[in-house]
Amino acid sequence: MDHAEREKRLPAEQLSDRGMKAIMPPPDAVRTVVVTNPQGLHARPADLLAKLAQQYVARIEIIRGSERNDAKSIFSVLTLGAEEGTELQFEAFGPDAVAALDAIAELFAGNFGEE
Amino acid sequence: MKFADFICFESIHTGITARSKEGVIREMAQSLLDVGKLPNGELDGIIKAIMKREELGSTGIGRGVAVPHTKHPSVGKLVGTVAISPVGLDFESLDGEKVQLFFLLVSPPDRPGDHLRALENISRQLRDDGFCAALKQAKTPADVRTLLEQADLQPHH
Repeated sequence: MDHAEREKRLPAEQLSDRGMKAIMPPPDAVRTVVVTNPQGLHARPADLLAKLAQQYVARIEIIRGSERNDAKSIFSVLTLGAEEGTELQFEAFGPDAVAALDAIAELFAGNFGEE
Repeated sequence: MKFADFICFESIHTGITARSKEGVIREMAQSLLDVGKLPNGELDGIIKAIMKREELGSTGIGRGVAVPHTKHPSVGKLVGTVAISPVGLDFESLDGEKVQLFFLLVSPPDRPGDHLRALENISRQLRDDGFCAALKQAKTPADVRTLLEQADLQPHH
């Protein structure tokens, strides 16, 4: 497992441990979205989300419960198993953080182009 | 959800010879039909539905893995199988890499949650590089079964 992959799987509680906190800067943007697609965040929406996130420089993380996942990796997005009604918190770190989360919120609001 | 909850161990295939997307999907669906997990007479309809889903965007999710799938009213519960193409084939994956490892899923239209939990399990387990590589190198269906069963005992690789 390479370093980047390990970072993707770091549970939130570990990140907020004393010590880690000092080197974790606060996010530049935070947004909460709800999955409204009746099929949930299945493969196609996960693909669209990861591709959209990849267009931004910012590191974008999805927080669900105690887990933190990389929004740019379809593997990470699929591990959320997010059904309709699931609340997901997004945190972005970087110069285009706000624009990235605006675009992501819009993707969720439009149900990923699905019914 | 564990692999044992949706993977039909009797239809695992480690010697995929098909060189096309439809070919591998057909071999996998046939192996489910052969053990009675898909109803007779529905094979072509199911393959067509899976191919139609692929047209919306490849289910090659990267790391040499693809998860071709469809909803189909002919199944009462989620069924899935695993196949390995030792040489890999072009599946128009998101990362452009050839695909060696396939998870095919057919789920009832009214159970989107089960389908999501199967995808969750597959992606979570395959994020582990060692597990992903070991599966691709498995030579026999029994090897694949052992790897999946071991993974089921450690759900959070």
